[in-house]
Amino acid sequence: MAIEVEENRRDFLILATSAFGVAGVAAAAWPFIRSWSPSADVLAQATSEVDISPLQPGQMITVPWQGKPVFVLRRTPEMIASAQKGDSESLPDPAKDADRVKRPELLVLLAVCTHLGCVPQPIGTGDYGGFLCPCHGSHYDTSGRIRKGPAPKNLEVPHYDFKDANTLVIGKALA
Amino acid sequence: MSTIMEWIDKRLPVTELIKSQATEYPTPKNLNYWWNFGSLALTVLIIMIATGLFLAMHYKPDAALAFKSVEHIMRDVNFGWLLRYMHANGATFFFIFVYIHILRGMYYGSYRAPREILWWIGVVIFFMLMGTAFMGYVLPWGQMSYWGAAVITNLMSAIPVVGNDLVIWIWGGFSVADPTLNRFFVLHFLLPLLVFGVVFVHLWALHAVHSNNPVGIDAHDDKDNLPFHPYYTIKDLYGVGVFLIFYCYFVFFAPNAFLEADNYIPANPMQTPAHIVPEWYFLPFYAILRSIDFLGSFSKLAGVIAMVFSIAILFILPFLDRSPVRSFRYRPLSKQLFWIFVANAFVLGWVGYNPPDASLFSGAIPLILIGRTSTAIYFGYFVILWLVTALDIEKPRPVPKCL
Repeated sequence: MAIEVEENRRDFLILATSAFGVAGVAAAAWPFIRSWSPSADVLAQATSEVDISPLQPGQMITVPWQGKPVFVLRRTPEMIASAQKGDSESLPDPAKDADRVKRPELLVLLAVCTHLGCVPQPIGTGDYGGFLCPCHGSHYDTSGRIRKGPAPKNLEVPHYDFKDANTLVIGKALA
Repeated sequence: MSTIMEWIDKRLPVTELIKSQATEYPTPKNLNYWWNFGSLALTVLIIMIATGLFLAMHYKPDAALAFKSVEHIMRDVNFGWLLRYMHANGATFFFIFVYIHILRGMYYGSYRAPREILWWIGVVIFFMLMGTAFMGYVLPWGQMSYWGAAVITNLMSAIPVVGNDLVIWIWGGFSVADPTLNRFFVLHFLLPLLVFGVVFVHLWALHAVHSNNPVGIDAHDDKDNLPFHPYYTIKDLYGVGVFLIFYCYFVFFAPNAFLEADNYIPANPMQTPAHIVPEWYFLPFYAILRSIDFLGSFSKLAGVIAMVFSIAILFILPFLDRSPVRSFRYRPLSKQLFWIFVANAFVLGWVGYNPPDASLFSGAIPLILIGRTSTAIYFGYFVILWLVTALDIEKPRPVPKCL
C-alpha cells in the first residue's frame, strides 16, 4: 500500500514537471513566433493617398498600398452598365455593383487575385470586359467580381475614403 | 601511426565504426546502377552546402540589395559566376537524383517491411528539400522569385479560419516583401544543414535494416553480400564521374538552360509576369494544384490538399502495397502500372509548364482536361496498386531463393 502511494506521488511529480516544462517552452516560444508578425514600421504604412483628378474615363492606374497594388479605374458609362447588368446574373461570389463602389464611376480594387495572389492584368484584358489573372486564368468583370476561373472570391475592395473631391485615401490608419 | 589509432580507438572506437559501417559494411552483391543515386544525391548536397556557404558571404538578403548583390556575385566576385551556376544547376541535378532515387525505391519495393521508417525519413527529406529549393529560388529577387513566392505562400490562405493570418505571419507584412526575403534567406541557410543531419538518420535507418536489392529478397549470408569497400566505393565513384560530366556541361556551357529569363528582371510587386512557371522540378505538383478547378469556392483548398497529398501519399505507400513480393521485377501488373505512373508524371510536368488556358489541336482538347486526367492517373496508381495486390489480382512470377 505504501509503495502504491509513493508511485502516485511520483506520477504526479512527473506529470506536473512535464506540464510545467511544456507550458514554459510554449510561453518562451511566443516572442519568437510573434517576431514573424508585421513589425511596427510595416504596420505604419497603413494608408496611401492618390490624386484622381488626372484620371480620364476608361483610364486606370495602379498605386501601391501596404506593398500591394491597388487598381483605381474611372469607369466609362458602358463599364458601369456592364457591371450593373452582372448583378442579375448568377455569380460565384454574389455581390451588387452598387455595394462595391462609393462613386459609380470610380472603381477601387485590391489587385491581388483571390486565387493565389498574382496581380491581374489591366482593365479590358479578361472576358466580361474586366481583368484577367495571367497565372491561373481567373476572369473578373468591370466590378472586379469573379466570373470564370479558379479564384474563389471577388477582388477585394479595400477600405477607402475621399479626403476631398480629388483625393482618394486607401486604407485605414491603425490605432 | 597504429599506436596513435590504438590510443584514439580505446577512447573513441573510430576504426571499428569505419569498418562495420563503411569499409566492411555488407552490401548485396547484385545492386544495379539505380542504386547509385543515393550517393549521388549526397554528393550534390555537399556541393550545394559548399557553394551556398560561399555565396552567402557575398549575398545580401535585403529587398533593395538582393538582386544587385546576385549580379555583383556574377560580375565582380572572383569565380562568383562559377559558384552561382554550380549552385543553381546543382538544384536541378539534386532533384533528378532524388526523383530517380524515389522511383527506384518504388520499383524495387524498397519501402516495404522492414524499411518503412527508412522510407518515411526519405519522404521527410524530400519535403525539406522542396522547402529549401523554393526558398532558395526566392533569394535572387527577380520577377519569378517574387511571384513564385507570392503564389506558394498564398497557398496557405486556403486553410480555413487561420489561413489569411497565417500568410501575413509568414510574410511579416501584407505582401511578400523585405521581411519575407530576410527570413527565407535564414531558413534557406538552416534547412540544408538540418537535411544533412536527417540524411545521417536516413543512413542509420538504412544500416539497421540493410539495403534492398533488385531481386527484393533478403540477403542472407556472406554469399549474398560484398564488403562496401572497394566494391561499392568504386561503383559510386564511377557514378560521380558520369554525373560530373553532365553537371560540368550545364555549368560551363548551358548555365541558364534551367533558369527563367524573367528572373533577370528585378522583382516588381506591382506587376505579375504574363506567364509564371515554377522550377521544372515542381511542375507536376503545380499541374495537380491547377487541375482541381471544378469544385467552385472549394477548388483552392482542394487543389492545395491534392498537391500536398500527392507527396504525402508516399507515407502510406508501404501499407497500400500488399503483394507478397517486393520487387516489381517479378510483378507484371505492378510493373506496367509503374511505367504508366512515370510517363504520367512527365505529362503532368508538361501540363504544369503550359499556360492554364492552353489547348491541344487548336482548341479541341483543353489542357485542363489533360491535367485532370493525369491527376486522376497519378492518384489512381496508388489506389490500383492497392487493389491489385490486396485482392490478389496480380499473380507474381516465381522469385529466386537467393541472390
